[in-house]
Amino acid sequence: MNPADAVAAVFREEYGRAVSVVLRTTQDLGLAEEAVQEAFTAAAERWPSEGVPERAGAWIITTARRRAVDRFRRETARGGKEAEAALLRQYDDDGDPDVFGDDRLKLLFVCCHPALSLQARIALALKVLGGLTTAQIASAFLVSETTMAQRLSRAKAKIRDSRIPYRVPSGSELPERLAAVLSVVYLIYNEGYSADLGTQADRAGLCREAIRLCRTISHLLPDEPEGEGLLALMLLSESRLQARSGPHGALIPLAEQDRSLWDDALISEGLSLVGRCLRRGRLGPYQLQAAIQAVHSTAPSASATDWQRVVRLYDALAQLAPGPVVELNRAVALAEVTGPEAALAVVDRLKLGDYHVFHAVRADLLRRLGRADQAAHEYADAARLAPSPGERAFLQARMRDLGAS
Amino acid sequence: MTQYLIAMYQPDGVVPPPEVLGPIMEKLEAFNADLRAANALVFGNGLTDAASATVLRHNGREVVVTDGPYVEGKEHLGGFEIIDVPDLDAALTWSRRLAEITGLPIEVRAFADVRGVVERA
Repeated sequence: MNPADAVAAVFREEYGRAVSVVLRTTQDLGLAEEAVQEAFTAAAERWPSEGVPERAGAWIITTARRRAVDRFRRETARGGKEAEAALLRQYDDDGDPDVFGDDRLKLLFVCCHPALSLQARIALALKVLGGLTTAQIASAFLVSETTMAQRLSRAKAKIRDSRIPYRVPSGSELPERLAAVLSVVYLIYNEGYSADLGTQADRAGLCREAIRLCRTISHLLPDEPEGEGLLALMLLSESRLQARSGPHGALIPLAEQDRSLWDDALISEGLSLVGRCLRRGRLGPYQLQAAIQAVHSTAPSASATDWQRVVRLYDALAQLAPGPVVELNRAVALAEVTGPEAALAVVDRLKLGDYHVFHAVRADLLRRLGRADQAAHEYADAARLAPSPGERAFLQARMRDLGAS
Repeated sequence: MTQYLIAMYQPDGVVPPPEVLGPIMEKLEAFNADLRAANALVFGNGLTDAASATVLRHNGREVVVTDGPYVEGKEHLGGFEIIDVPDLDAALTWSRRLAEITGLPIEVRAFADVRGVVERA
């Protein structure tokens, strides 16, 4: 590996860790990020001639800390002697690898604080933990780089000015805060999975990043089964990556996927996580969704799926996290158990007119009931509302098939 | 430690009857007593009706005094607490209780200067 590639690889691996360790002492996210960026600049200058240090991450952290101390000295008004002393005192304690993981988790909770807007939480988590550039995040969310830069700097200013604490919440706060963190991670995943992003590589990057963040969470909070549940859910979904789109990127629905293309390693890791978290007996929405995906992952074919079990799992999910989208998904499974007519009756009661999946499900049920004209109408609505080109292509093809028959 | 303004917004015109307001005021007194006991209270009070507000504006030549609150709206600042606590989470813990007691929307903002201008002067 040449030194430039080494810097890029270390950046990817160590950026979030370095920011979180420096933040511990600076208590200023903007300052911590600047110091770490300066350290990487120094690495890019020096590693080509001096060689890549053996402990590259520790080199970055040490350099970043020195830069932060320099800044404190220059801008004494900012933190004063006390902060400088704190930085210097903790200069030598980065030999313990365990503190790093904990620091990253704290940083994730800072980024996902409920006092920040949801958009800001997602962007910050990607920026400071994922090490994504502002340009990458901007392209993922279809906004200009300037807009994203402003959003990020406002969020960092709020963290600094309102003193959002740098810690993992304790006791009664944790479940609520963890739920916010997990939902941000899942949104990042879904953004990568379904949104109309710039490039395929950006999408896959977001999915990988979400999975990596979730691994960190479930590793660091091993007593919280929802973290494992979400990880399992994303792994099982990711296992179908190769099978879920056709040659021109058109979506291939679960029932029509070539199951031999599913990734066995991801499936077996996902299944073992599902089993482990469900055995804890503290059910949560992500665990149930993962359990539903596990039923699909273990079915030899779409028709041989244990649909009764899927319906029962949706029943449990509707108890824990009621909502029309859950009802819609439950209706899809119900159609396989009791037929499309009963399912359509359920779907018709839902007020989800702006959601493309609602129209797609309704279209499919109408098609199976032989009501082709109505089905075509619904496919058209679904295609109009669908956010991604792959889904639009699939829905338009379905609509054409109806016309041909 | 950081000082935070906890601002309470209330709808104009509607003053709840005594049987509703009484228990709320009792809880507010207990809330303030707890703030004091935690050594977190800087100052707090309710404001008179928004209609009693007076706004002064310099129009370039002179200061014009007008009747009424600065912003027209159905809700106005009704009262506030200034507290001194370590971080936003601590401020939110107190504010959450205030939101539960009053049922009003609450805004929490840190003061720009940690120590406060008056105290330092």
